[in-house]
Amino acid sequence: MQGEPQVINRPLGRLLTRASGKLVHPDAQVINLGDRFFYTLTRGLAFCVIFLVILLVLDLFRGSWEAIRQFGLKFLVGTTWDPVARQFGTLPTIVGTIVKAFIALLLAVPISIGSAIFISFYTPKWLRPVISYPIELLAGIPSIIFGLWGLFVMVPVIRVLQVWLKANFGWFPLFNGPAVYGVGVLAGSAILAIMITPIIAAISRDILLTVPRTQIEGMLALGATKWEAIWKVALPYARTGLLGAVILGLGRAIGETMAVTMVGGNSFDLIHSLFDPVHSMASQIASEFAEATYSLYVSSLIYVGLVLFGITIIISLLAQLLLWRLSKGRIAILE
Amino acid sequence: MAGNTLYGAGTGASRQHYLYRKGIEWLAWIGMLFCTGVTVFILLMILGYVLYQGASYINWEFLTALPLPAGETGGGIANALVGSAMVVVVATLMAVPIGVGAAIFVNEFPSAQLGRFVRFLAEVLTGVPSIVVGLFAYALVVRPLGSFSGLSGSVAYAFIMIPIILITAHEAFRLVPVSLREASLALGIPKWRTILWVVLPVSSRALLTGVVLAIARALGEAAPMLFTAFGNPFWNLNLKKPIATVPLLIYTYATGPYEDWHRKAWAASFVLLMVVLVTSVLTRVFLRGKSNE
Repeated sequence: MQGEPQVINRPLGRLLTRASGKLVHPDAQVINLGDRFFYTLTRGLAFCVIFLVILLVLDLFRGSWEAIRQFGLKFLVGTTWDPVARQFGTLPTIVGTIVKAFIALLLAVPISIGSAIFISFYTPKWLRPVISYPIELLAGIPSIIFGLWGLFVMVPVIRVLQVWLKANFGWFPLFNGPAVYGVGVLAGSAILAIMITPIIAAISRDILLTVPRTQIEGMLALGATKWEAIWKVALPYARTGLLGAVILGLGRAIGETMAVTMVGGNSFDLIHSLFDPVHSMASQIASEFAEATYSLYVSSLIYVGLVLFGITIIISLLAQLLLWRLSKGRIAILE
Repeated sequence: MAGNTLYGAGTGASRQHYLYRKGIEWLAWIGMLFCTGVTVFILLMILGYVLYQGASYINWEFLTALPLPAGETGGGIANALVGSAMVVVVATLMAVPIGVGAAIFVNEFPSAQLGRFVRFLAEVLTGVPSIVVGLFAYALVVRPLGSFSGLSGSVAYAFIMIPIILITAHEAFRLVPVSLREASLALGIPKWRTILWVVLPVSSRALLTGVVLAIARALGEAAPMLFTAFGNPFWNLNLKKPIATVPLLIYTYATGPYEDWHRKAWAASFVLLMVVLVTSVLTRVFLRGKSNE
């Protein structure tokens, strides 16, 4: 290293420091060979993570290359998915995925943020874990189990609801689909909403608990009711983080596979009503891949995977940036 | 309104406004309570239903016998239980060194950019859909080897586990007091031994919790198994061949046409759910025990 040796005024724990890209140390001779080795080893493992991500992207591109060359970006707006005619276009599934995810958000966001507010502000401290622990627990249940429950318990209920809606509100365009299936956009959205509610609720609660108590107490001291303090102070304060939580939920809803495959209805046609069955991108891959018989078919499915990956990674980046800014990476998103 | 004589006891407009605000407060409270009630009720209902259904179909034969040909009643899922365990164990062997090693780098060798980037990448990776991970493992392992295999399933699971292990391990290392490291270094112990002998043992509990959580998460994933491990109705201990796993078996049985298969799907879900719940509760007790010390 050139120039004057730096005075390292840091905890001894950071014995090794990096500057100008090289491993340096105030007294280079002290460095233990084992340390150098260990440093290189763990750095290699860290690079491993980066390498895996690069490999993932490369693999997806390589796998879908044939379809990309064949269809280009028209793949994204094509509406026919016909393996027999070798024509592949995935607009209906993209629309299906996004519609399902947004209806799910519409259902889940008020409920989950409402619960988060209740747990953070209206529940006495000793009672909080009693309510929030089950929610955290349920965020960890495998999606296949939600799918099983959805298929055998929720879908029959939805079918009854659909028949009733169609009989009474059939003039409304959204309710003007085939009411007999049960499976479809409505069922898919409902199961997604149930699955992302605990996730959004758990993260939102963590974020709302970071609102400084003094701010709320200040409002109360000014004579505000509790709800006014929450609405005018706590929620604006936590806005960024709550948005991050919602976007994270959106990402989960878009990438969710098994439950949607089981109750989404899996059709390749564009949807016109809430009752129409439709694939989402993930369920399309899940149900077709093992049966794809020629390479363009496989390649098209991997292309769908690439698009799905692109969408979710952008959403995930956005969510992390919002949450990161707020918490400096301390929110555990794994619950 | 005894407590609010100052403001609330007035008459006319101010009194009316006060009551209006009070009303909003009540409405908000009831609304929030309703939201919480709905969330907890729906989720507990699902949990209860699966446990109830599953418990009524489960028996000893189910856990220890092999599947019978489609349509015949009886038989079990022993091969899927063993298969799931094998695939996950191999995945853990792959994921733990990478996850923990990278976490050591991120926390113990603070470098301005790389460490933070890796940590950020891990957070983003938790958002990658599991079906995409399956495609990745397919292209990486299944295609070159020319057949579906348990090994490719392990690769997919490992990919799901790495970010979880990395993040929890990083958080665990962060909680180790600097003074402990300093004490060790002051004794002349090199940094790498300090990490292996001081930092790792001190954080071992939280570390283990992270690994167990990652395993629990992977165990329930069916999507990445669809075209990697693929499933297998027979007994198989060879990781180079297709192998049965529990979540995929639930999918196959639930979407199949037989009444008996549906019952088996419930029973298998019961097993899976018990594993997840027990892990979750145990890790929580484990961590709480630590914080009480």
